[in-house]
Amino acid sequence: MFPEIIPPRDLRAPIDAFVGNIVNEYSGLLRAVTQPLLDLLIWMDVLLRESPWWLVILAVAVLAWLASRRIILPLAVSGLMLLLGVLGLWDASMQTLSIMIVAVILSVLIGVPIGILMASFKWLRSIMLPVLDIMQTMPSFVYLIPVVMLFNLGKIAAIIATVVYAVPPVIRLTDLGIRLVDSEVLEASRAFGANRTKQLFGVQLPLALPNIMAGINQTTMMALAMVVIASMIGVRGLGYEVLQGINRLQVGRGLLAGLGIVILAIVFDRITQALGRRYQHQNKEL
Amino acid sequence: MAKIEVSNIYKIFGSRPQRWLDAARDGISREELLARSGHTLGLRDISLSIEEGSIYVIMGLSGSGKSTLIRHFNRLIEPTAGHIRVEDVDVMSLGMRELEQFRQRKMSMVFQRFGLFPHRSVLDNAAYGLKVQGVARKERQQRAQHWLEQVGLAGYEKQYPHQLSGGMQQRVGLARALATDAEILLMDEAFSALDPLIRREMQDQLLQLQSQLNKTIVFITHDLDEALRLGNRIAILKGGELVQEGTPEDILLAPADDYVQAFLQDVNRSRVLNAVHACNEPALSLTTRSRPVHAVERMAAHGLRFTPVLDGKRLFGVLTRESADRALMEGARDVSRYVEAMASVPASAGLDEVLGRMLHSTAPLAVTDENDEFVGVLSRRKVVELIRPTLPIEGEEPVVVVPQRSAA
Repeated sequence: MFPEIIPPRDLRAPIDAFVGNIVNEYSGLLRAVTQPLLDLLIWMDVLLRESPWWLVILAVAVLAWLASRRIILPLAVSGLMLLLGVLGLWDASMQTLSIMIVAVILSVLIGVPIGILMASFKWLRSIMLPVLDIMQTMPSFVYLIPVVMLFNLGKIAAIIATVVYAVPPVIRLTDLGIRLVDSEVLEASRAFGANRTKQLFGVQLPLALPNIMAGINQTTMMALAMVVIASMIGVRGLGYEVLQGINRLQVGRGLLAGLGIVILAIVFDRITQALGRRYQHQNKEL
Repeated sequence: MAKIEVSNIYKIFGSRPQRWLDAARDGISREELLARSGHTLGLRDISLSIEEGSIYVIMGLSGSGKSTLIRHFNRLIEPTAGHIRVEDVDVMSLGMRELEQFRQRKMSMVFQRFGLFPHRSVLDNAAYGLKVQGVARKERQQRAQHWLEQVGLAGYEKQYPHQLSGGMQQRVGLARALATDAEILLMDEAFSALDPLIRREMQDQLLQLQSQLNKTIVFITHDLDEALRLGNRIAILKGGELVQEGTPEDILLAPADDYVQAFLQDVNRSRVLNAVHACNEPALSLTTRSRPVHAVERMAAHGLRFTPVLDGKRLFGVLTRESADRALMEGARDVSRYVEAMASVPASAGLDEVLGRMLHSTAPLAVTDENDEFVGVLSRRKVVELIRPTLPIEGEEPVVVVPQRSAA
């Protein structure tokens, strides 16, 4: 046995006190700050669930066509979405989809700028890399506890947990993509007198786009993996169905809902991948 | 006045270059600096003056600092010490904004691996410099179009760089650089990545464009043939130091050290050097009105078997000893009737051409300049010496040159 040097209670107590303190002092403020996010989530939820099912399928098909410019992908995607409805999972799917969309938008809004900064500042990268490792390996329940304490059970807590878990790939791949941009191409833009903004938006980001798209693809997949856990803190949707299947030992219910998650994953994956491939093709190396 | 003037440029790569600047000034060797401090000496005390309207070639092996040097002209790389002037602008004093302006207007650059934007069409690539300047879309496309036509790429505007061959890609690079109308063109090993035939074609095109545009061109290369072909002046770098600077002839005829000499080994000298380098000032020349007795006396005095005869400044022909004797015996008033025709080559004829003529006949050859005026008589020995300087020639100490190719 390893000798006890510091009693565990002494280690835990200050942490508990610290978080408790934050909850007491700031939870009101934090809730006020995140109110717009909650509004967005609710708006998206209403939008997807109230819209006629064929309109949603049509929208997804149009997105698929825009991403791939081929007829096959929209057809396949529409078929999969129809299957969701046929399996009786439409409403749950739409709830999950709405959270997913917001989570991915947030992840991109947070992840891409951080990735850009990491690519430009070495010191930031050396700080961020271990942080990203922690975000990806720390069991999500660990940060679910304080998040739930701060925001209560519900959508906000779920979306924060999802973003924390899902944002690392887009950060990593943005950073990588920008650092992989051919130095001579970047130098050419400098030599012609482009300023930082023009270098970033005219050269670095467009050339990093295939990698960024791969990051977004990974991020969506990880966000989907999070939905079951998110359902434990009170978010309805496909994850909730799975959870109920577990609780009530209903294999069929769990399996079908799981299938629904897989279908959503495939739809997301194929659309983002098709988009990434199109950029990849455009940027094909010299 | 010089267009570009750099003086006493030092560049040390590493975390604390200023600390080792004095050591570099005191002449610490590259290896020692690296061993003692982990810093790399990029350039040591480089001063150059580049004339307006000339093609200035900077040459050296890889690692000699030539690409580092060219990036100092537009401060893509900051010198550790030294001054850079372009016309009357002190480039070192420019702030961030001014430097961007300066790069947009004054200088443009062509890169070894082209540096084209893969996500932009050929037309947009060529228009990039103008776009950065803020020129309206329509106008910049028009101007880019014009330059694409100039470099022979009309019809490829909508293509993307990866759809073009290497030579065509570099033409886009050239059009992009020319489109901004900058007076100074920096070309960093611009043709090194191309295969020899295309390279030659591009060199011709550059020379032809230069004859119309009269830009100031700084051209980096590791290929001496290319340097000699393009350069009005050549600077040779070795290990970050300037070894020799001068006209192509200066360098060919008087290499400063073994390093330069080693460079010269592979070069096709006969294409660069021409007849004028291989001719002797004649010890004696006569005119058409010289008296035969005078001719015979002078030729005997100099021990000559023949001598050129001039009419004014122009070559009239050659007088052999026998003809002179005959003129004397026949009591001619002057030598003009006894002069035989003499073959001549223009001063600008390459040595390879001269060599061909020499092999066809053993008769003496005269060299004449562009006004048909007599310059001298071709020396067979000099021709051979110039073409193969390492060949031991009878009666002379053999010149031994050890080819040295340091990987510095």
